[in-house]
Amino acid sequence: MRSAIVDEEIDPVGLLDEVARDSNGASVLFVGTVRDTNSGRPVTGIEYACYGPMAVRELASICAEAAERFATVDIVVEHRIGHLSVGDASVCIAVGHARRASAYDASRYVIEQIKRRLPIWKREEYTDGTREWIDPTAVAVVGPQS
Amino acid sequence: MTVTALLFASYADVLRRESIEFTLPLGSTVSDVLARVRALPGGAVLPPTPLVAVNHEYARADVVLSSGDEIAIIPPVAGG
Repeated sequence: MRSAIVDEEIDPVGLLDEVARDSNGASVLFVGTVRDTNSGRPVTGIEYACYGPMAVRELASICAEAAERFATVDIVVEHRIGHLSVGDASVCIAVGHARRASAYDASRYVIEQIKRRLPIWKREEYTDGTREWIDPTAVAVVGPQS
Repeated sequence: MTVTALLFASYADVLRRESIEFTLPLGSTVSDVLARVRALPGGAVLPPTPLVAVNHEYARADVVLSSGDEIAIIPPVAGG
């Protein structure tokens, strides 16, 4: 089991190698990437910022919880910070398990907890040169166009 | 006692700083720090119940602080 906040490119295949074990019947690799649009706005990149000491601690806790809940120590997670371009991997989660259902469940648990509590923020950059911190809790207001 | 409040992302931008030291009476809580931050120019950016961590652990508003504590006021997280 290993988790890290990194500021360099993530190697997803390397993470997958780390969870390989003869007793595992399944390996699941989740790769989160920067997409080129958000809410209809063209995106050119994202700046990820974090509260370093807490993010390291919280990510380790998330992995430990997943290991206990789903009975596997073969969990490796990296979250990247800094400036990322469209297509770059921002987060990778590799899980190895004897059974595929538990491997999927553990991977899903880790990404959902990251979304819920890891102190990381992202500022999207748009083609018009503007940039904006993303608030996932904000409610989009959609009304009739005048 | 002296404590340090940390600000991040949109909160740091609006309040134009990333950390603030406060001298508070003994027995002060997280709520007291939030009230001090709200009193600053731009402090209205904080929602009624922001996420807060004390010394790297999420904490409730009624947690009593100790001298030297680090209180992080955490904007909505957006990892992944």
